[in-house]
Formats: sequence, C-alpha cells, structure tokens
Amino acid sequence: MQENGIGASVRRKEDQRFLLGKGRYTDDINVAGQTCAVFVRSPHAHAVIEGIDAEAAGAAPGVVAVLTGEDLAADGIGPLICGVQVTSDDGKPHRAPAHPALALGKVNYVGDHVAVVIAETLAQARDAAELVEVNYRPLPAVASTADAAGEGQQQIHEEAPNNICFNWPFGDKEANDEAFAGAHKVSSIELVNNRMVTNPMEPRAALGEYNSGTEEITLHLTTQNPHVHRLVLAAFNQLAPEHKLRVVGPDVGGGFGAKIFVYAEELVVGWACRKVNRPVKWTADRTEAFMSDAHGRDHVARAEMALDENGKFLAMRVHTIANLGAYLSTFATMVPSYLYAFLFAGQYATPLIYSEVKAVFTNTAPVDASRGAGRPEATYLLERLVDVCAADMGLDPAEIRRRNFIPKDAFPYQTPVVQCYDSGDYEAALDKAMELADYGGFEARAAEAKDRGKLRGIGFSSYVEACGIAPSAAVGQLGGGVGLWESAQVRFNPTGNVQVFTGTHSHGQGHETTFAQLVCDQLGVPFENIEVIHGDTAKTQFGMGTYGSRSLAVGGVAIAKACDKLIAKGKKIAAHAMEAAEGDIEFAGGNYTVAGTDKSMNIAEVAFNAYVPHSYPEGVEPGFDENAFFDPMNFSFPAGTHICEVEVDPSTGEVEIVDYTAVDDFGKLVNPMIVEGQVHGGIVHGIGQALLEGCHYDADGQLVTASYMDYAMPRADNAPDFRVDYAPTDPPHNPLGVKGCGEAGAIGAPPAVINAIANAIGAKHVEMPATPETVWRACQAAV
Amino acid sequence: MYEFSYHRPASVAEAAELIANAADGKLVAGGQTLLPTIKHRLASPSDVIDLGGIAELSGIVVNGNIVTVGAMTTHAEVAASKEVGEAIPALAALAGNIGDPAVRNCGTLGGSIANNDPAADYPAAVIALGATVRTNRREIAGEDFFTAMFETALEEDEIIVAVDFPRPEAASYMKFENPASRYAIVGVFVARTAAGPRAAVTGATACAHRAYRLEEALQADFSAAALDDFEAPVDKMNSDIHAGAEYRAHLVKVMAQRAVAACA
Repeated sequence: MQENGIGASVRRKEDQRFLLGKGRYTDDINVAGQTCAVFVRSPHAHAVIEGIDAEAAGAAPGVVAVLTGEDLAADGIGPLICGVQVTSDDGKPHRAPAHPALALGKVNYVGDHVAVVIAETLAQARDAAELVEVNYRPLPAVASTADAAGEGQQQIHEEAPNNICFNWPFGDKEANDEAFAGAHKVSSIELVNNRMVTNPMEPRAALGEYNSGTEEITLHLTTQNPHVHRLVLAAFNQLAPEHKLRVVGPDVGGGFGAKIFVYAEELVVGWACRKVNRPVKWTADRTEAFMSDAHGRDHVARAEMALDENGKFLAMRVHTIANLGAYLSTFATMVPSYLYAFLFAGQYATPLIYSEVKAVFTNTAPVDASRGAGRPEATYLLERLVDVCAADMGLDPAEIRRRNFIPKDAFPYQTPVVQCYDSGDYEAALDKAMELADYGGFEARAAEAKDRGKLRGIGFSSYVEACGIAPSAAVGQLGGGVGLWESAQVRFNPTGNVQVFTGTHSHGQGHETTFAQLVCDQLGVPFENIEVIHGDTAKTQFGMGTYGSRSLAVGGVAIAKACDKLIAKGKKIAAHAMEAAEGDIEFAGGNYTVAGTDKSMNIAEVAFNAYVPHSYPEGVEPGFDENAFFDPMNFSFPAGTHICEVEVDPSTGEVEIVDYTAVDDFGKLVNPMIVEGQVHGGIVHGIGQALLEGCHYDADGQLVTASYMDYAMPRADNAPDFRVDYAPTDPPHNPLGVKGCGEAGAIGAPPAVINAIANAIGAKHVEMPATPETVWRACQAAV
Repeated sequence: MYEFSYHRPASVAEAAELIANAADGKLVAGGQTLLPTIKHRLASPSDVIDLGGIAELSGIVVNGNIVTVGAMTTHAEVAASKEVGEAIPALAALAGNIGDPAVRNCGTLGGSIANNDPAADYPAAVIALGATVRTNRREIAGEDFFTAMFETALEEDEIIVAVDFPRPEAASYMKFENPASRYAIVGVFVARTAAGPRAAVTGATACAHRAYRLEEALQADFSAAALDDFEAPVDKMNSDIHAGAEYRAHLVKVMAQRAVAACA
C-alpha cells in the first residue's frame, strides 16, 4: 500500500482553497458585459394568467429585456422534461403535463416562473421586476398530499385526471393476500414521510455566455452533473446542439440531490444570453431557493406485515401516496417507484411484497431526489413497521430483526422486489452496534434518567440501500432515458505528474482527495503529483455526474480501469527501454521491473519516454494518456445498523439525542476520515428530518416555511458525538470492493431516532419532524 | 433594497431633528430587524438615521440599586458586563442568549424594545424588573411601554436614551426556543423584589406583558410548587406551526416554574 493510497485518512486537498476563501463558485464568476436576471414569480399557488403587461418594466432604467413564456415558446425552447418513465396501472405511461420554463397562461405553485427581467444591475432588475404587471385569476389550490387525488378536488393539469401522475402496483397481490389471510398476526402502521427542502449552503446560480462568433453557449451552473445538463439541454430542451454547448459546474457548495436537475432558470439563462447577446447571470436568494429548488420526500403511507407465530415475516404490503409537486422534475417519477419499492425487503428475507404507489400532482414546488431519494422513505416505513411488529409480538426489537435477517451465506440474495443484493452480513453489524452502544446497559441508563425526570429510549434501524447508480441495462429496462456508466481519463504529463479527469462531480464529497489516493495506489505516483479535474464538459471526456452514492463505486472504477490501461501500455515501453520481453515486466509501487533482476524503471520515466519517443517500441502509440468507461454490473448495497438513544423531557417534549452508534458496511474504505465525515453529515441530515425539518404549505398552497426563521435546519447542538464503526463485506461485482457512503446516514438515521422516541414514551408512533409539541402531545396521549 | 438617504448624527438632538424632518424616516440602532426588512424590500424608508455615532447612548452605569443601560449598548456588552453580571445576573444571561454572536454584537437594547417583536427577550426583563425607559422627552414605566405587537408607547420621532433597571433580590429568565429561529416560543422572566414577586411573559401572546396571575400565585410562596395549579389562558396564546396555543399555555407554566426554581 502507498503511504497516501487506499485506506489512508489523508487530509483533503481541496480544503486549502476552501479554507482560504479561494473556491470559485458560479456567483464568484463575473464576465465583461454581464447582465443580471431576476425572475418574476407567482405569488399564487394556482392561477390563470389573464395577461402580462411588461411595458413599464421594459422601459425602466437599465432594463435590457423582459421575456415571457411566449417568447420562449416562439423560439422553440423547452419544455422541461422528466427522464424516467413509469407505467401506470392502465398500461399507459405516467402522465407528464407540459412543464414550460416560463409559464404559459397558468401558474401552478408559489414561485412558479412567470417572466424574466434582464438588466444592467441586479438592483435595476429587481426594480423592474416589480413593475411587471401580471393579471392573475386565482384558482383553488391543491396542497394536501393525502387529498390530492380525492373526489371533487380542483384539477391542476388537463393531462392528469384526478391529479394522478401514475398508479403503480408492484408484486403478486394474490399470493400476498393469501399470506395475509393465513398469518398468525398482522402488524400495521400509517405514517407521513415529511417533506423536506434540501438546502445546500450555496443557492442555485447560472451564468450564461454566448459567443456569436462561434455560436457557442457556455453555461456555468450549480450542477452535480455537467454532462447530464448538457445532454438534456441539448437533446430535449433545444437550447443548442451538444457540440455548441459547454456546461461548467465549478466549485459547488453542496447539492444533496437538489442540483442534479435541469431547472427552468438554467434553461432560461442559457436561452436569454443568446437572445440579448450579453452574458446573463442569475443567483437565487434564499427565499427563491426555498420556493423553487426541488423538494424531497412527502409521502403518506400505510404498511402492513404478516407474521407467523415466531415473528417471522411472511408478507408485506404497502400503500403509498407520493407528492410530485406541480410539475415533474427531471427524475421525479423514479424516486417514489424504483428507488423506493425496490427497497422494501430491507435486510429481511420477507418472501412476498406487494406495493401500490399513487403519485399525485399538487400546487407545490416539484419534488425530486434528495439525499437518499426513495430509500429513506422505504427504510423509514419498514424500520418503523418492524418495531411495531416487535411490540405486537412481544419481542425485543433486536431479536425480531435477527430472526428475519437475510443470512450471510445467502448472498448474492435475490429479493422479491427486483434487487439482487451483492454482499452483506447484517447480523455482524447488529452485533457490533449493540456491543458499542452497550445495549445490555440500557435499562440501567433508563432508570438513572428516570430519576432525573427524563424518559430514555433506544431505537434500532437496520437499513440497506441501493446505490452505485447504476447498471445501464437495468436503467433502460425500468424506463430510464440514460445510461449510468461513468468515465475517466488518466493522463501523465511528460514530467511525470498526473491529471485525472472524472465525469463525476465533487460538491463537498472530497473526490479530489479520494480519487488521487486511488490513483496513487494504482500507479504508485506520489499523492501530491496527482490532480483531479472535474466539472467542465470542455475538459472532461464525458460523465454522468454525482448522486446516488455512485462516484467511487462507478466513477472510481473507471479511473482504476484507465490506470490498468496505462500500466499495460507502460509494460511495452518499459520492456523496450530495458531490453526485456514484455512478459517479463512486472509492475508494482510505481516501478516496472524485469522479473528476477534489479533492472527497474519508474512509471514517470516511462511517461517521459512515451512523450519523447526517440527510442520506442514499434507499433506502440506515443503518449501516456488513457480513457476508460465503466458500467456497473449491479447496484451496490451498503447496509448497517444504527442505534440511537434519546432522552425526552416529558414536561416540554424536548428530545435530546444522547448517544448514537452507526455500524455500516461500505465495503472497502479509501479515505476513512472522509467516509466518517460523510456518515456524520448523513446522520445529521437524518436527524434533521426526524426532529426538525418540515416543509409546510398551508391549505391555500402558500409556503409557510420559506426561510430559516420557520424551517429548522439541524445545528451542531442538535447532534450528539457519534460512534462510527464498520462491518464490511466484499461486494463481488465491484472491482474496487467499494459500495458508497454518501446517503447512508440520511437513510439510516430517521427510523433510529423515531424508534428511540417511541420507545422512550411508550407510543406506537410519533410523526416526523418530532418537534417538542408533537412529542409533548404524544407523551400526554401515552400517559 | 430601495434607495434611501443615510444619516449618522453625533447627538440625540441632531437625530431628533433629522427624524422630525424626514418624509418617512427610520431610526436604525443595531439594524438586526430593520436591515433585513429593507433588504427584502419590505420597508422603504426615505431616510435612515443611524444612532451608532451617538456616544451618549452607549454604556452601562450602576448607581446604587439602579443599573442604567444605554439604548445603543449591544447585547454582547450587557452579557459581558461585570456590573450587570453582579447586580442582575439574569439580565446578563438573557442578553447572552439572544440570537447568535453576530446578532449580539450588533443588536442593542434600545433597538430590541423599540421594535417590540412579540418573541423578543428584552421586553420580558424590562417589564418584570420594573424598569423605566428614558427617552429624549420623558420617562415611561416598563410595563406601560409595550402596547401591542410591534407597537410601543413611543411617540412619533421619540428616541430611547436608556433603560433603568432596579436591582431585584433574585431574578431568572427561562426561554423555550423556537427550533428554527431560536426566538422565544415562550419566555418567562420572574423577579423577587422587596415589593413582592414580579413576572412577565414574552413569545406566548401578541406582545410581552406583565403576568399578574403568576405574581399572585407567587405572592404567598415564591416557589415552583406554588405554580403547580397555575393555568395560563389558552385563548390569549399565539398559535403557529411551531407551537399551538394549548402547548404555549403549558410552556408558560413550565418556564415560570423553572425560572422560579432558578431564583432559589
């Protein structure tokens, strides 16, 4: 192993520029002649636009243009698309109402885009935006997930009767019903998975530049996937041909899913910069971010488990209503379907699973993937249900999990819900977590807490997730419009240092360090001589970006494969230089050696020879620069057990997380420090969902939680010290043996926290976010 | 924000003249409410008169049993003041838990009470301690100062100069924080004084108010147990997504009991 190679907790390369304030984010970039865009947004959740009078705005000082949906449509730009098809129960594709980037005659949520004002300065654009007179005729709003498809509801889109996007049944209903009919006991739960605003620290932004000489558009965007943006904008939104469109995702201050999607503002800025032939910049303020970023979660669900007399799971059925918001965002349909129902087996050998998902439109912001995307919803539902099963059967929550775990010798394990799990040892993670959390000492701790007037509870969450997204063939079969391989280019410069071009995108994950460690390990090049480059379609060969915990599990493998090609090519060059047969050349630790001799040549020398091929093997191309693509053979399946311990103050309902243990299986760790950071961040995200975060629209569709005054983000004092450990297994299909770690905490934590609260107060269920009032009321009811 | 004229007077008299002559003037103290409001284009004053340059408005003086805090004294200065910490530790503690360090280093006593946010902390202290608000025109009893949500007894163009806080025998402030904003969902300030118990509640209702019923309950027995049967009136309570009226009423009792217990 290299000193800074795989397994070393190397400090992050990128932190020097971030800590010195030298990061370069989209809004930091200013170009000559730049104008500023401000969007006129709907104050109504649902209204017909009877007219737009932009005359006064157009005449205001500094205004370059005021553009509306009609201008956009006249130029043939858009509409926005949703890239994954789900087949509804009538055999037809999901309903996909038109999603114009600027409204055409109607607005469907508060914050919907009505017009854009482009002016010389931001203040002038804001002033002029207030002068755009929009004549709205308000319509009744649909704001409730549970009621959206109900009788007599206001209809939002003509194309979607009863506000239903799709009804998606999955599984063998008949066999499932039979198993329920013969069950010893049926346990059930009804719950809400609370809507979240994803809230990356950096708000979304776009800077568009058009070069009339080359007819090329360059778009700097807050994106997690520059090539995906380019592909969608070119192929589906008619912005520009792919070869005339450059998308750059410079430093991006967090994404968590919210910056995957192609947003209206991005398309409009790209189009407007050509239209006005001036650079155009737009940066969201925080209120706009709350209103118009795609939100996450928002399910209402009911789940039942059929059990035998030993507490074994016989069958499970789930009914879910999933809110997709007013329009379909880029991957919206996939989240409450394939990323959700295919996880219902969890860690358990439940033989039969039946699910029905009703996806609905409402007059709220579009809902799409947010850290975990579907998997947190599935895990929360299942792990809460398992605790209810344990209570109903009089079993310890650890024991009922243990009885139903997929045994470690059953892998690869085909679940009844499509996924075939790669590897796992769920009992090992549970055992380790219970030991670290001192489960045996819990009763004594609870008794001590009681003396202080506190209710102490403990909660388990044994989760599994599907990430390393994704095998392209599987994506295609499911109705996805793209392949989800990843690509890499590894280039030696003549002086021996290395540039690694990856199609993934780092927006906080530390790829510049992790991938450099990987290359350091593979090629034996000193860590400091390796630079990782990403985020620019003009620099990196191709890529599908970063989400679904895929960057290392898919993108990292592409890098390793490019390294393999370099090593192989280098053998020919080294053999020639050292006058040996290629078959006698061995490569290790950065050196090519002639087997059985002390003749050796460093890979940097080989690289130099490749660029200065004065004496060079016949038939070998000069240059030392290789590309590779990798399409995974399967998803990867990180799993683990989290144990949360809380103390509840029954007099106020306040919950303090007093202890938290996470034991995860991420396969092999490249940088344990970075992984631990991802685990911490994920758990805090999950704690946020469990205790604090709830996006709230009132009955009129007004967004009540539109600022941090009302939307509670987790802060340091909401989180405990974490105890983080691992119980790794080796996923056979992944050449690096890695699984992915970015979403695990957000998936595992919410049920661990809520199970602990329910345990503390003796309640069957407490809804998220478990605010003090919610918990206080539950305490009152439990008394 | 919209355009406005900015002024930075050097004396209270100059400030009073500026505000009187402005078409739609606003005094800015620490700016912790006014500036965000202006930035969000929710206020468009013609003139902003910055009180930050007036030396006479700042500072802390203890004279016998009276702690005088200048209107432009920041929360951080009150929190760190040895004099306040010795005379009325509950007041220093209150100031030290307003907002975050950035807010505390800009926000001022005068700004806070002039704004009279229903969830602000200082109004509870001003009322419960029986403080006197001194302006450039007169003196106003603390309990008469806060008249309604975001409204005070201040006349047009009247400027707060300082607040005189009498030293209590013991006092404590307990705040139940909004999980998002960390403003008070309910804050209860209780004081044991030579003239009897005093109490004020903030956050719970439209405007901070003197809590006579709490005082009555504590009259004979200044103890947490004396409030065991206390019930705050639910119909007067605020209700929002963070805390319904019933819960707020409950919290008034819990915070009051904790504050009384902390006075022991």
